[in-house]
Amino acid sequence: MDEEQRAIVLHARDNVATALMGLEEGSTLSLKVGDRVMAVTLTRAVPFGHKFSLAEIERGGQVIKYGDVIGIATNAIHPGDYVHIHNVASSRGGGQGTGGEV
Amino acid sequence: MSFLGFRRSDGSVGVRNYIGIISTVSCANDLSWWIHNQIKGTAPFLHQAGCSQMKVDLNDTARTLISVGKNPNLAGVLLVSLGCEGVPVDLVEEGIAKSGKPVKRVVIQRAGATSALKEGLELANEMVAETVMATREEFDDSYLVIGVKCGASDTTSGLAANPAIGATCDLVIDRGGTCVFGETTEFMGAEHILARRAISPEVAHRIFEIVDRLEKRVIARGGDMRGGQPTAGNIAGGLTTIEEKSLGAISKGGTKPIRKVYEYGDRVEGRGLFIVDSPGREPEFLTALAAAGVQIVLFSTGLGAPQGFPFMPVIKVTGNPITFTRLQEHIDIFVDLARSGVSNLQSTAQTIYQEVLEVASGRRTKAEILGYGNFPGLNTLGPVI
Repeated sequence: MDEEQRAIVLHARDNVATALMGLEEGSTLSLKVGDRVMAVTLTRAVPFGHKFSLAEIERGGQVIKYGDVIGIATNAIHPGDYVHIHNVASSRGGGQGTGGEV
Repeated sequence: MSFLGFRRSDGSVGVRNYIGIISTVSCANDLSWWIHNQIKGTAPFLHQAGCSQMKVDLNDTARTLISVGKNPNLAGVLLVSLGCEGVPVDLVEEGIAKSGKPVKRVVIQRAGATSALKEGLELANEMVAETVMATREEFDDSYLVIGVKCGASDTTSGLAANPAIGATCDLVIDRGGTCVFGETTEFMGAEHILARRAISPEVAHRIFEIVDRLEKRVIARGGDMRGGQPTAGNIAGGLTTIEEKSLGAISKGGTKPIRKVYEYGDRVEGRGLFIVDSPGREPEFLTALAAAGVQIVLFSTGLGAPQGFPFMPVIKVTGNPITFTRLQEHIDIFVDLARSGVSNLQSTAQTIYQEVLEVASGRRTKAEILGYGNFPGLNTLGPVI
C-alpha cells in the first residue's frame, strides 16, 4: 500500500495527521499537507483514528485539525509524537481531555 | 453547469414534481397514507403534531407545515385534516397557497374517513393529472438548495464523508447556490469556531444563543451535555477534545461564511450558507431541511442510516468501506478514505457535485428506489398536553 494512504491530513493548516490504520513506532510516513509532501517518523505507536504531530508544538501552543484549533498542548510536542489527552487539553475548560493517561 | 428542474410560481425550482399529501394532525395520518398509497405521483407528509399542544407549539407546527408545503419539490398540496385539530388549518392552507401552488383540503369529520378517502382520491388524482404534462427546464446550478446531515456516524464520518460533503457545500456556494445545515446539538464545543464564520456580530450572537438555549433545556431535564464530552468511547476512538468531535461533525457544512440563523420550520431566503436550529435526529431534522426549501440532502453515514424523505431526495455518502459493501441498497457514494486527503477532497467534492446535478435532474437516489423514509417527524419544544 502507498505510504500516504496510512494517514490523512484534513486541512493544509493542520499540524496533526490522523492514522488510517494502526501505525508502529518508528514508521516513517510521507504525508501530503496542502501542496507539499512531508515525511514524519513516529516516536510511538499510533492506533487507527488517533493523531500524531507533524510539527514542533510548544507547550501552550495550538493543536490544529480541520484547519481549526482542537486544543492546547499541555507539554511540548515534537514531530512524530502521538497526540491525545496526555498532551492536549480542550481550550474550552470543563475537564475535556485534561491530563489523562493513555 | 446546470440541471433540469421544475419552475415554481414563487421563483424557486423543484427537482421533483409530487403532489404532497400533508396530514395536518396525527389523527389524519392514516387517511393521508391511504390516499398516497393509491395515487402515484403523490408524496405523504405524516407526523405526530397538530393538536393538544401549547398555543406557541401549535403556531410553530402551522409555520412548519406551511414551509413544508411550500417546498419546491411539491407541485401542489392536498391537506388531510381531522376537523377539530388545534393547528389553524385555514392559516396553513392560505400560507401554502401564497406560494402560488394549488392547495386542496379534505376533512374527516365531515362524513367519516371513507367518504373523505373517496374525495381525497378524486382530488389527488386530478392534481396529479395536472402535473404530468409538466416538463423539466434547464436551470443554472446557482438555483440549487442543498441540505447536509450526518447520522449513524463512526470514525470514518469525521475523516472522510463529512469533510467531503463540506467541500461539496463550498463548491455549491462558490457556484452561487445555497447550503443549509443545523443539528444544533453538534455545535456544542465548536460554537465559538462557527461564530467566527458569521457574517455579522448579530449572526454570531444567534449561534451562541441557539446552543445556549438548547443546553438550558437539557439542564432543565437534569442532563449534562458538556461534562462527559468527549465520551470514553470517543477518546478510545482517538477524539481528544470536544472541539475536535464537534469540528468533525460540522465539517460537513464546509468553510463558507454563515449568513443567517433560522428557527425550526422557517423557509430560508437568499443564497449562501445558512443554519436552521434543529435537533440532530433524522425525522425532525430532515423535516427542518424540507421546510427550509432544500431540494436535495447530502447525508453522511458511517454505520449506515437508511432514512430518505418522502419528496426530498437524500444522497447517502459513507467513508466506511464495509458499510458501503454491506449496504449497497442504501448508500449512494463511497468516499475512499485511503485516497482522500486535502488535495483529493476537491476531486471527491466534484464527483459528489456531479451526482447532485444528476439527482436534481431526476436520477433517483437509493432511498427513493427503496421507498425508505416515509415517516418524518415535526419538532416542537413544549409538552404534549
